Amino acid sequence: MPIELTAPALDTDKAGRHLPGDPDLWFLILAELLTFGMFFVAYVGYRAMEPAVFDASQRTLDRSLGVINTLLLLTSSWAVVSAVRAARADRPQVVPRYLAGAIVLGFGFMVIKYFEYSAKFAAGISLNTDTFFNFYFALTMIHLGHVVGGTVVLIVLWSNARNGRYHSGNMRGIESGASFWHLVDLLWIFLFPLLYLLR
Amino acid sequence: MPAILQNPHRTWLILVLATATTFWVGVEGGIGLAAGAVTFGITWIKARLVVLDFMELRHAPPLWRRIIEGWLIAVTALLLTAYYLGPMLLPRAA
Repeated sequence: MPIELTAPALDTDKAGRHLPGDPDLWFLILAELLTFGMFFVAYVGYRAMEPAVFDASQRTLDRSLGVINTLLLLTSSWAVVSAVRAARADRPQVVPRYLAGAIVLGFGFMVIKYFEYSAKFAAGISLNTDTFFNFYFALTMIHLGHVVGGTVVLIVLWSNARNGRYHSGNMRGIESGASFWHLVDLLWIFLFPLLYLLR
Repeated sequence: MPAILQNPHRTWLILVLATATTFWVGVEGGIGLAAGAVTFGITWIKARLVVLDFMELRHAPPLWRRIIEGWLIAVTALLLTAYYLGPMLLPRAA
């Protein structure tokens, strides 16, 4: 009897409802959301205690770069959705193209963050400058770590996809990586308005 | 095949337009209170679209959808509370 090498969609219930990727990953996603949720609320609370400091420091950020990075991550997430969709539709030859696009956009985010940090460090601004920059550097650096990790995952997926590995019979790996990448996008959707826009 | 998965482009477009709106409100409407509510409101809408359409929770088992959507509502409510009541309730640093 042949051994089944591709994982069937075990986590699809009778109503056709399906949790994408490895179910265990969703507990990690939930833990991340709970942790970051506390950071977000703490940020707004600390801001209420030092509004002048937060306002003045926030004004030194380049909002255009924040917006560009938001658009890069949103578009990258869209590319990953498109890759998942192509795999599910059994068009495996298209999957690596979308993943490559998502990876390039992820690197774009890192490059912009590099320029933002460099400009701040050159101006003598660091994690210890004030409460705003405590939050700014701590939160964006933790997030950037997630971007780097997520991009590595996407590269692994891309490498596998080039061998035609993802199709309707083998979705778990690509769905797991995609869900993590969307988490990275989701966290930035909060970080961008909090750090760059909120007055 | 879930309907929205046939059209993630639409979700992407809404997200881009919503980002432009928050940017505009943040820049032009930087007058405080109403802009804060609009910013958090749009953030919630964007986050919900990512959760439902990109993370595909719209078609996930209801428990997971409720947990993640519950987190979204809780965080947005706490952010609004901290934003509007924080200045009254929390001590000002020197």
